[in-house]
Amino acid sequence: MKPVFMTYTRKDLINLTVCMVLSVLIIPTFIKTEYWYTSILIPWLCLALATIGQQIVMGYTGQLALGAAGFMAAGAFAMFNLILRVPDLGFVGSLIVSGLIAAAFGILFGLPSLKVRGIYLMVATLASQFFIIWMIDKFGWFKNYDSSGIITAQDIVILGKPFTTPLAMYFVCLAVTTILTLLAMNMARGSTGRNWMAVRDMDIAAESMGVSLLRTKVQAFAISAFYCGVAGALFAFCYLKSLEPVAFDIKLSFKILFMCILGGLGTINGAFIGAAFILLFPVLLNAIGNNVFHGAIDATIISSIEQVIFGLLMIVFMIYEPLGMAKLWENLKQIIKLKLSSSRIKGAKSSALNK
Amino acid sequence: MANELLFFMEVLVGGLLAGTMYSLVALGFVLIFKASATFNFSQGAMVFFSVLAFCGFMQDFNIPFVLAFILAAFLMVVVGLCTERLVLRPLMNASEDTVLMATIGLGYVLEGLAQAAWGVEVRRLDLGIGDFPVPWIADNLKLFISALDITAGLVAAIMIIGLFLLFKYTKIGLGLRAVADDAGAASSIGIPLKHIMLLVWSAAGVVALVAGCMWGARAGVQFALVDLALKALPVLIIGGFSSIPGAIIGGLIIGAVEKILEVYIGPFFGGAIEGWAPYVLAIFFLLYRPEGLFGEKIIRRV
Repeated sequence: MKPVFMTYTRKDLINLTVCMVLSVLIIPTFIKTEYWYTSILIPWLCLALATIGQQIVMGYTGQLALGAAGFMAAGAFAMFNLILRVPDLGFVGSLIVSGLIAAAFGILFGLPSLKVRGIYLMVATLASQFFIIWMIDKFGWFKNYDSSGIITAQDIVILGKPFTTPLAMYFVCLAVTTILTLLAMNMARGSTGRNWMAVRDMDIAAESMGVSLLRTKVQAFAISAFYCGVAGALFAFCYLKSLEPVAFDIKLSFKILFMCILGGLGTINGAFIGAAFILLFPVLLNAIGNNVFHGAIDATIISSIEQVIFGLLMIVFMIYEPLGMAKLWENLKQIIKLKLSSSRIKGAKSSALNK
Repeated sequence: MANELLFFMEVLVGGLLAGTMYSLVALGFVLIFKASATFNFSQGAMVFFSVLAFCGFMQDFNIPFVLAFILAAFLMVVVGLCTERLVLRPLMNASEDTVLMATIGLGYVLEGLAQAAWGVEVRRLDLGIGDFPVPWIADNLKLFISALDITAGLVAAIMIIGLFLLFKYTKIGLGLRAVADDAGAASSIGIPLKHIMLLVWSAAGVVALVAGCMWGARAGVQFALVDLALKALPVLIIGGFSSIPGAIIGGLIIGAVEKILEVYIGPFFGGAIEGWAPYVLAIFFLLYRPEGLFGEKIIRRV
């Protein structure tokens, strides 16, 4: 593939244009119901962003971490406090700084990764999950001494303009997600990402080739936590519109882990596919429950079934396609391409015979 | 002064006994790790699944206590069989992390199945052992220790001694250790890998059932058990993943430290530091002794 513009190939540019046209022009013109924005598109973008964070540390660097929701909480509450206490910073500035604060936590809790790996690291990152949530819960300052437990998020104001309608919030999420996704792709393709992958594939070999384990791992954790922090802030301000530590519990961490693994480890588009699947599947299941069985099945049973199916899918993917849905998508494209080219050859042959 | 010391003793003993509850959960992890070098993340879900099944048999079908226990244990054997057939065997040559992720999926399946079959409401489990201080100890030693804690401690002790003897002195135990060391080599000298795996997963299932009964009698049989079971992870890190005595010592340390911190330091921070203290303790252990107190030293070859 020859790069046409900077280091991007023609395929990259086509993909980007298609995605942009789809998300900026087609979706806003055709989808008018608020439900789609508030309950599907906005959480999808936020969770996909968090999943990219998880991908960086787990899919690219190969460190089993399970604390994404903790970093999201850190980002969300940092955002709340920054807007409250440092109003001069503005929305975008606060978003960046809250991401950086989450990144600081990421560095702190990523340090054990230098010594341990696998399940050991998972336990160490669980500490971050529980500690951050506890800290926010127990120190009133973070919640501005609000006793009700749920704080309403401030309105989003960028350059003096309010962004409060679902469509406007969708565009805010879209812009942030697009920029960060492009950045993540660049990092993954550049030397940074190659270092990550070298560490993932064989850390000892990577070290002996001059890749600094300390730098690479801490960097991965910091960037991952930055992504999670920004995603958490968007999640709280655009989707939940309220802040409560309970929203960022261990269940959300597991959800993001599932998005990451089912979507496809070590892929950026896998993060979007995985997030879409985990988010849309329960909606689909509920729709089936309501329309086909007309509510004859209890809602708790539906959510249990959903859990069983996620678990089964996880096992099936681990056995048959450990690279997840992104790989399935890739295979599908390959098959279509093969079919097309073979039919073209056939067509050429038959036309040649006719002559 | 004497009162303070007595109070400290009470906290300590209470913590130690509560720690045995963690040990019981950790024991299931160790069993599987020891025999297959697989980390079974679904152990917590197995605890929840087994005890919910037990309660379901007793309360929904009015099956007597002993029979329900046997049925639940049998169910866990079936779960073990299915896991071995459908999850572990296809993943025989997969990497450790892949198997770990598959067991996370397995945990989800078990949790979902349990809730679909027996509902989501909290069930009470009455073992006939009260969760109140034993009068005799309260009178003579001035310590308030719950009868349930003592039972849990005894049960844990019996199970651990039993398993320890099994691993150390029986032919099955030898086979288990051989498989853990090198599954390929073990199967080439005629150790039936399938049976060993089935045996281990069934044993872990029964251990989960016992642990679940203890936890269920204390906190009610509910979904929160899965989160409680996560606390077995720091226990394992402190004790070492492959050591049965390590599981109990780790549990005792976690139980005692957590209670002491909660009682003496907790009030300064608004309490509830139990939630993360074990994990932070585990991090410190990881930094200084990653293989745990009794674990085998991990040597990685390039």
